[in-house]
Amino acid sequence: MAIVNDHTVKAFDDDLNRLRGLISEMGGRAEQALLQAMTALNNGDLELAAQVVDGDKKIDALEAKVEQLAVQTIALRAPMADDLREMIAALKIVSVVERIGDYAKNIAKRVAQMEQARSISAAPLLNSMSSIVVELVHDALDSFAARDAELAVSVTVRDKAVDDFYNSIFRTLVTFMMENPRYITESAHLLFIAKNLERMGDHATNIAEMVFYVVTGERMEERQRGKTPEDAQPAAKE
Amino acid sequence: MSDIIAPELKIIDPKMTAHNVNVFYGEKQAIKNVSIDVGTDLVTAFIGPSGCGKSTFLRSLNRMNDTVAGARVEGEIKLEGEDIYAPSMDVVQLRARVGMVFQKPNPFPKSIYDNVGYGPRIHGLAPSKADMDVIVERALTRAGLWDEVKDRLGESGTALSGGQQQRLCIARAIAVDPEVILMDEPCSALDPIATAKIEELIHDLRGKFAIVIVTHNMQQAARVSQRTAFFHLGTLVEYDKTTDIFTNPKQERTKDYITGRYG
Repeated sequence: MAIVNDHTVKAFDDDLNRLRGLISEMGGRAEQALLQAMTALNNGDLELAAQVVDGDKKIDALEAKVEQLAVQTIALRAPMADDLREMIAALKIVSVVERIGDYAKNIAKRVAQMEQARSISAAPLLNSMSSIVVELVHDALDSFAARDAELAVSVTVRDKAVDDFYNSIFRTLVTFMMENPRYITESAHLLFIAKNLERMGDHATNIAEMVFYVVTGERMEERQRGKTPEDAQPAAKE
Repeated sequence: MSDIIAPELKIIDPKMTAHNVNVFYGEKQAIKNVSIDVGTDLVTAFIGPSGCGKSTFLRSLNRMNDTVAGARVEGEIKLEGEDIYAPSMDVVQLRARVGMVFQKPNPFPKSIYDNVGYGPRIHGLAPSKADMDVIVERALTRAGLWDEVKDRLGESGTALSGGQQQRLCIARAIAVDPEVILMDEPCSALDPIATAKIEELIHDLRGKFAIVIVTHNMQQAARVSQRTAFFHLGTLVEYDKTTDIFTNPKQERTKDYITGRYG
């Protein structure tokens, strides 16, 4: 579905475009925050990590701005059909993007604790995992900007790989902690980071589901979710 | 360009059914092959841009078009299974069964009491003054006007405010106990408060009468109706549950109209 700006009332189009612009700026910042948090983690770059933590305020401010504009548009323009669905989706999507920003901030905050963590074997896996998550967040927001239901569906499908990474990292770290009790603190931090990344992947699928609703007017069918250690405990038995 | 009626939209127990209806004004065809069922316990809204045929179609439901020179209706319209265009159909009786409320309130220049009592009197529904008193009070109560006018029933109907006049017209329509009430933009001449009162009244009357309302105000259609039909260029484009029409219309033309992209 192409985005057509052809309301008889042009000011309505202007409102919609402003809203879309803000959401895309917010998404870009969240994506950037995740990239920078991972870079800071890899390089032990405390300054960059502090930047990520500070930048989260901007993301929060954008969320408030979108909420305000969406409520105002609903009140003043009484949007209908796909316009109405877009308003509802906009409200939900920004709260999800705000969460993604929080997770990035949380990762950045752990950088200071991670002096020795980079030698832990699971660390490179986290980088592979995070690059998939960045892609998912990026594609989810792209699918919103382009009204691309197909891309949205592909995001939810690809999130399975993130779940698989999480399972694998969980197992690796548990094993590592048993063998190296001195590194339990660092390992626990890495575990939380893996969990954060896994949640970000889920949030990308939440965005994708909203996009699917905006485009088609239907709810996306419940996707087959990958099992995580919370569902079953294959790792705990090892 | 196929007309779409959502397959799940089966009107159980329709009060009126229209099948392949065409309406002409002279050479000009105003309604093209419209088929629609109107539910007994539902408020049905007809929406569409000016000149789309929604009012024409509404007026063909109680043969108001008969009075328009050159107007011709083809196809089949039934009320409770009875063909309303059959030669045996008494038009005066039909209009008692299918009442109508117009855009501008049009009370008779008579007393409030006589405005409401006029229909029952000519249809012989009130043998005595006492019977008439009951009918008038009941109709005015149902129209939500009784408390406002009970002490001045002898005053002229035209002395009331616009909103009250419109409710008086509704009381006049329901005094003869019709089966269907047709409303042709009943609020377009009223202020928001009077409009809200009419909408509240429509809500109250639902279930007692089948109600069909033509409105230019899409929010009003959304507020008062359970089924919405979208007309465009004389065709019925989409007919569905009101919630579906306004959140997820199936037809591109419906979407363009209700989102304000039309034209």
